[in-house]
Amino acid sequence: MKTRYLSTGNEACAEGAIRAGCQFYAGYPITPQNEITAYMSRRMEETGWTFIQSESELSAISMVFGASVAGARAMTSSSSPGISLKQEGISYLAGCELPGVIINVMRGGPGLGNISTAQSDYFQATKGGGHGDYHSIVYAPASVQEMFDFTYKAFAKADEYRTPVMILADGTLGQMMEPVEFDDDIEPSGRVTKPWAMTGAKGRKANSVKSLLLGDGVLERHNEKLQEKYNEIEEKEVMYHDHDTDDADIVMVAYGTTGRIAYSCMNKLREEGVKIGLFRPQTLWPFPYKEISHLAAQGTKFLVIEMSSGQMLQDVRMAVQDDKRISFWGRLGGGIPTEEEIIETVKKM
Amino acid sequence: MKDAPTHYCPGCGHGLVHRLICECIDEMGLRDTTIAVAPVGCAVLAYDYWDFDTTEAAHGRTPAVATAIKRVHPKNLVFTYQGDGDLAAIGTAEIIHAGNRGENISVIFVNNGVYGMTGGQMAPTTLLGQRTATSQFTRRSDKEGFPLKIMEMMQVLPGVTYLERTSIHSPKEVINAKRAIKKSFQTQINGNGFSMVEIISPCPTYWGMTPVRSMKRIKEEVMEEYELGVVKDAS
Repeated sequence: MKTRYLSTGNEACAEGAIRAGCQFYAGYPITPQNEITAYMSRRMEETGWTFIQSESELSAISMVFGASVAGARAMTSSSSPGISLKQEGISYLAGCELPGVIINVMRGGPGLGNISTAQSDYFQATKGGGHGDYHSIVYAPASVQEMFDFTYKAFAKADEYRTPVMILADGTLGQMMEPVEFDDDIEPSGRVTKPWAMTGAKGRKANSVKSLLLGDGVLERHNEKLQEKYNEIEEKEVMYHDHDTDDADIVMVAYGTTGRIAYSCMNKLREEGVKIGLFRPQTLWPFPYKEISHLAAQGTKFLVIEMSSGQMLQDVRMAVQDDKRISFWGRLGGGIPTEEEIIETVKKM
Repeated sequence: MKDAPTHYCPGCGHGLVHRLICECIDEMGLRDTTIAVAPVGCAVLAYDYWDFDTTEAAHGRTPAVATAIKRVHPKNLVFTYQGDGDLAAIGTAEIIHAGNRGENISVIFVNNGVYGMTGGQMAPTTLLGQRTATSQFTRRSDKEGFPLKIMEMMQVLPGVTYLERTSIHSPKEVINAKRAIKKSFQTQINGNGFSMVEIISPCPTYWGMTPVRSMKRIKEEVMEEYELGVVKDAS
């Protein structure tokens, strides 16, 4: 039986983690994601699992590493400046092939920036972030429901591919309230066995999980294996929503909160007879290059809208391969694109 | 302990400390439940020698990793093995807070006063007047500060149960170090909380002296600054 709740995005995300079977959470206070940490401090205790308010973001992500290497499902959450600190541990998770879920409720930057909503961590999230040649799977929710659904799903994918998974949300999604619906007796998502985990070597050879590979060519082979995994993820895990793109002359490309604004613009413009559609990536890595490329083949123009100076724009350009057909509208440093600005931009195209 | 060729320099103390740990684990019958966290530093390859589950941590985050492992597996023996760069410099926050939370883990802290892995740079524990790769005019208190004493800093924390500083410069001290390691493990098994054993250890390569002279230096110079003995015992 599905029940409807009224929830903030942050709390829906936290409950999604609980329902996915999260066994360990560590976090450090930072706005605008504090509701996740507060919610987890209660719910993890209620479920009999572990909550730790860590001494730093560096420590929080290393605790996720520790819980994960011990075989548990583990998560941390933060916002942009804190996520920068977590890059150290995320790189170690990727290198050691350990699952882990990281929530980034983005705020304005660079530096301390502000606590408004933003999408300026796109490059950091999708192009690696920390040192080394790796990717995290990156989900981009655009509603409180997707905050729940994608976090729930993230744990299964992290385990399936033994890789860090990031939920790239923004301040608006974290703070807004909407109905969220889920099965009351929903089971933890996609359980797997973890024979590699640190459990004590009773009746078996000792396990070692490490990213230091000094032998001749060993690290290169390890990286090749990682890349094979990333290729498989790119093949299988792309997710997106498209609205009215079939007959569109113009397709807006936007994710997260910007995707919602673009959706309203699309409806208004359609009423005026403009043939416009919306393509909303739900995974930012893997990015839906093929699908956008397919739209480009129909001869459409594109308008990329972001709360950044144009980061996803680079991926859209790679997919479309024709810069003349791509326009961009972005707001910076916590600014939010308005419907009026977007509609005006569309009318100039 | 695995039968593996050592990568440590002649006269290094790590091999000896590795062996002491393994002897304690065998004598206490803990091999099947032990989980170790290796540091970044000379001992980063500890898992090549230890025949029990061992993982790595980012530099200095060792106690954070161990904290989470112990919370997931409270019945297992969980210990970190850390050098003075890992524990007393980049990992200062992690060790203090793991201690302050009273995490029921053991910490083996090998203090040789230099960064060995990277070429003998100054550590927080480098003695005043000691020349290193990055204190070419020797360590001076007005420019490089004083040797850091983590044990004495941590003894004020109510969450910390047992702290002892030992050395391996003589057979007598080796036996004592082993006893302290065993006591730390027993403290954890008894559920009595956070414990840490500091072991003063020689680094002939970056002290620029023979192994024998290094052992003498511990007794004559290092122990003058770092007094051996129980720093705290509430076990």
